Amino acid sequence: MKAFDYAAPASLPEAVGLLASQPSARLLAGGTDLLVQLRSGRKEADVVIDVKKIPELNEIAFSPAGGLTIGAAVPCYRLTADASIQSHYPALVEVASWIGGTQIQGRASLGGNLCNSAPSADSIPLLIALGASALIAGPAGSRSVPVEDFCTAPGRNQLAPGELLVSIQIPPPAPFSGAAYLRFIPRNEMDIAVVGAGAAVTLSNGVIAGARIALSSVAPTPLYVPAAGESLVNQMPTAEALETAAKIAQEAASPISDMRGSAAYRRHLCAVMVRRALELAVARALEIN
Amino acid sequence: MSTTYNVIGTRPIRHDGADKVTGRALYGADLQLARMIHGAVLRSPHAHARILRIDTSKAEALPGVFAVVTAADFPPAPADKIVDFGEGDTLLSSLRGNILASGKVLYSGHAVAAVAAVNAHVAAEAAALIEVDYEPLPCVLTAPEAMAPGAPILHENLPNGNVAELIRYEMGDLAAGFAEATVIVERELDTATVHQGYIEPQNATAFWSSDGRIHIWCSTQGSFVARDASAAVLDVPVSQVKVTPMEIGGGFGGKINVYLEPVAAMLSKKAGRPVKLVMSRRDVFTGTGPTPGSRVRVKIGVNDAGKITAAQAWLAYEAGAYPGAMVGPGAMTVFACYDIENVLIEGFDVVVNKPSTSAYRAPGAPNSALATETVLDEIAEKLGIDPLELRLRNAAKEGTRRADGPRYKRIGCIEVLEAMKASPQYNAPLPGPNCGRGVAIGFWFNAGLPSSATLSVNADGTVNLIEGSTDIGGSRTSLSMQAAEVLGLRAEDIHPTIVDTDSVGYTGVTGGSRTTFATGLAVHDAAQMVVEQMKARAARLWAVDEVSFSNGTFSANGQSLTFAQLAAQLGATGGPVSCSATVNPKGVGGSIAGLIIDVKVDPETGKTDVLRVTSVQDAGKAIHPAYVEGQMQGGTAQGIGWALNEEYFMDADGDMRNGSYLDYRMPTALDLPMIETIIVEVPNPGHPFGVRGVGEANIVPPLAAVANALYRATGKRLNRVPMNPATILGL
Amino acid sequence: MSAKVQVQTTINNEPVEFLCEPRQSLLECLRDIVGLTGTKEGCGDGNCGSCTVKLGDRIVTSCLVLGVEAAGESITTVEGLAHGSTLHPLQKAFLDHAALQCGICTPGFLIAADALLQKHPHPTEEQTRFWLSNNLCRCTGYDKIIRAVQAAAIEINGAAQ
Repeated sequence: MKAFDYAAPASLPEAVGLLASQPSARLLAGGTDLLVQLRSGRKEADVVIDVKKIPELNEIAFSPAGGLTIGAAVPCYRLTADASIQSHYPALVEVASWIGGTQIQGRASLGGNLCNSAPSADSIPLLIALGASALIAGPAGSRSVPVEDFCTAPGRNQLAPGELLVSIQIPPPAPFSGAAYLRFIPRNEMDIAVVGAGAAVTLSNGVIAGARIALSSVAPTPLYVPAAGESLVNQMPTAEALETAAKIAQEAASPISDMRGSAAYRRHLCAVMVRRALELAVARALEIN
Repeated sequence: MSTTYNVIGTRPIRHDGADKVTGRALYGADLQLARMIHGAVLRSPHAHARILRIDTSKAEALPGVFAVVTAADFPPAPADKIVDFGEGDTLLSSLRGNILASGKVLYSGHAVAAVAAVNAHVAAEAAALIEVDYEPLPCVLTAPEAMAPGAPILHENLPNGNVAELIRYEMGDLAAGFAEATVIVERELDTATVHQGYIEPQNATAFWSSDGRIHIWCSTQGSFVARDASAAVLDVPVSQVKVTPMEIGGGFGGKINVYLEPVAAMLSKKAGRPVKLVMSRRDVFTGTGPTPGSRVRVKIGVNDAGKITAAQAWLAYEAGAYPGAMVGPGAMTVFACYDIENVLIEGFDVVVNKPSTSAYRAPGAPNSALATETVLDEIAEKLGIDPLELRLRNAAKEGTRRADGPRYKRIGCIEVLEAMKASPQYNAPLPGPNCGRGVAIGFWFNAGLPSSATLSVNADGTVNLIEGSTDIGGSRTSLSMQAAEVLGLRAEDIHPTIVDTDSVGYTGVTGGSRTTFATGLAVHDAAQMVVEQMKARAARLWAVDEVSFSNGTFSANGQSLTFAQLAAQLGATGGPVSCSATVNPKGVGGSIAGLIIDVKVDPETGKTDVLRVTSVQDAGKAIHPAYVEGQMQGGTAQGIGWALNEEYFMDADGDMRNGSYLDYRMPTALDLPMIETIIVEVPNPGHPFGVRGVGEANIVPPLAAVANALYRATGKRLNRVPMNPATILGL
Repeated sequence: MSAKVQVQTTINNEPVEFLCEPRQSLLECLRDIVGLTGTKEGCGDGNCGSCTVKLGDRIVTSCLVLGVEAAGESITTVEGLAHGSTLHPLQKAFLDHAALQCGICTPGFLIAADALLQKHPHPTEEQTRFWLSNNLCRCTGYDKIIRAVQAAAIEINGAAQ
């Protein structure tokens, strides 16, 4: 690994200033992607900027009206232990407990997962399904981007030079709503999703009022499939309806073949995983309320 | 035969236990020496290419760099010189060529040059500054492709293209045998290249002193083999090299070959300082020896009585870059569990552009047993016979002749099969739909080879044990227990130390399941000598001719002394007692292992969950049952990983795409259930306590057992390992 | 080489100061600078768990932490588990249950298991396997490790209710 300097700014303006003055800087939160990439030579840095001392990037805040704000550097183990997340966003607790293993969760953050912008990122399909947005700060101030628009290509995203992710904001859960993320991996842990599916549904009098579906590992970026969710609106959550939505999601996928699975296998799994995620989301919508 | 033992069969705490749970035990990478510097190895990005030019000048100019070496720094290898590796011979030219490529690179990951610098980061930066011009050549990655006409040729000097060796074993009349058969099944199965997966990467530290002596500290399964191989590569006499074996973080056969040791030595010679080299995990995957991928075709005929009338096997194993695939043992073991009159076995050792393969736990046997044991499963189904019953009707026994020649002495095949039949798992129902149960058995020879040991009696009645066998899984204790048994002491009264190659007699590798057997025999013999000398001391003390020794007490004419009491009087009776023994045992006893496995397959995703497993093995005699169980559980876990998910995933250019633990997918704790064990004890007549050796046979059955279980769960007979979820769905 | 940084930290309840380059991992600092080689490196990318240490209130793979990040933190390594010459109940259980063969993964398993038992005094087999899935062992098939952790749970926290 090439030598680099280290900085740990204590405030957002300081971090933004530092980032602006150091074009080849890399941001360090949990380091579970960055340090692997620096060590393997896939990325280089002259300066590594540790963002964990910035208060806004470390907070978890929930209010019934405003929803959930997760600082970009909050490690997964804090999410899984948080009582408000446990009671209002159970699917988020699950995904945070599946990213890597216990030790990885001691460091890895959802913000890092988002900024690494891997097509296989476990948390992104769920964040999309939950309607989350990314709060970005930069030299020109701050802006908010829907998570489904955040990633632009494998390892690339909306962050312009000098910008950093501050937090992820998730709307409050609607009554009679449920969400789920399921992934397929050949082992039972410590694996990258061959296919992942995130789903969120809101019921109204037993009828689906809204649904959002997204996939991982089947396109150059995590893939939001609006048509799949829209097909469920005003439907009863029947097996046929869920199957139809799953098929629409499957059609939208454009997977590749690699060491983690063939395109044909991934395409097959899309329908299975989306249907199962929808089933779980519906069950949760019925059970929580 | 039932013998009562005081120590053997108990479960004492291992002697190195406290050091290993407190972090004090020193493994190779833990070594720190004054003035030590650190190295890095540059590896080929091409699977097959001619090296046109290597320019090390920029690396040498980098501040902090002490030395750079390439193949040009090593003495040339005579074309036909052989080096003995304990589990198989190697051509010196292959060994030296694998350590640093010269002329051509033969696989992606092949070492090309090495650097020593002030720290590992600078060494890595310097390695990246070495310029190598390659002329890429077409590569060939599998045995069938490498055997095909027109395949790219790796070595111009091999007489049969890429086929380095042909093996043929024939017995009886094959055609007549098949003519007698009423059911004949023939299947062809492929296995992928897999790695031993030991958690500790290879490492070596070397210091080439100004007096010409070379001291190497390394993680090796055999310090003497590392010494001899390093001396051969460096072209120095073996006495010029001293190897100190550090604690070892797993080996499974993969730490018999040397990779870094001679390179560290040559860097040290140039730098004048101790040099430490440690591999990265990717280096371990791409630069050390995995076990061969293979294609095996097996045809078996049986008559109505379920008796095998003929069996034929064709095996092609991928040696990797240099000759020496474990096809020999694969061929010898393919039908080794069975008593068959008419047999033909043909084996092919095929070079391909992958890392040069090395031993992995019963090397070669799981590949071939996969074919035999799945074919037998299919035959049992066709005949409507219980699969264990079919095996019992054909089981090898004392006097059975194997196709490669030997006749078995006492062997525990029937006993293992009976234990499987009687096991709780085999008699329990499966839990529901999409579940299947598979069984398979396997054989491994075990090895003899030389071993040495010295026992010295302390005045407090304890005994120091000096030995040279790398302890990978509790062998200090299994050896101490054998000494204690002979001497009438407790295991804790023996103090074992593993020493360097200057300090003990020649000792072969910890491999071939041989340590508890062969080094155990050396310890046993040395202990017998101690008893005889101690008896003589007591005789002198009491002025008698005959002294008897029983249960740790010497006695004659109504007088008696315990071992400790007599030990305290050695000074007065002629001085210390210290006895050494070196053995080269011939009474090796092979081991049979069996596996029962229950799986559940998700029909939508193809994912397999392992529900329950029982591993059964003939240990001969289990010296320390907990560590025997541990070997059985470990081999079973590795076999299940091999069967379900592990493989070298190579792209068309021969680059390994999954050279990390993340994507190589070894089983985690969450992927396995508890592993039930049944130790069968059919004593080996060739060892005083009946020891056979238990390290390897247990990995032979899992591939086939999993395949058979998957068939019962899905109705599909798969012809490729790993039988991963996509393969199960055919996608 | 960039300028070295002085790091003040607490390791196994003792204040420790070391100088490191920013690119050096906490694992390197512990092993090569501080001299605590009980923490092992198996993969360098967080997948084997051999380098597990406790960092503050959670466990991490120290190969994926920079040494400079340890400033002001409290770290526990395998060398800090025993009380003087008395082994920690987990260490004793690993020996009693023959839960190690080669021993290279053992330090990481011990630190991870210690954190598990602090979070779940009586973990189920499933909880234990899930928690320990970031720690690879290639020798044992995990059976004896799981049994040792469960035995230690009873030793430390008494029988489950």
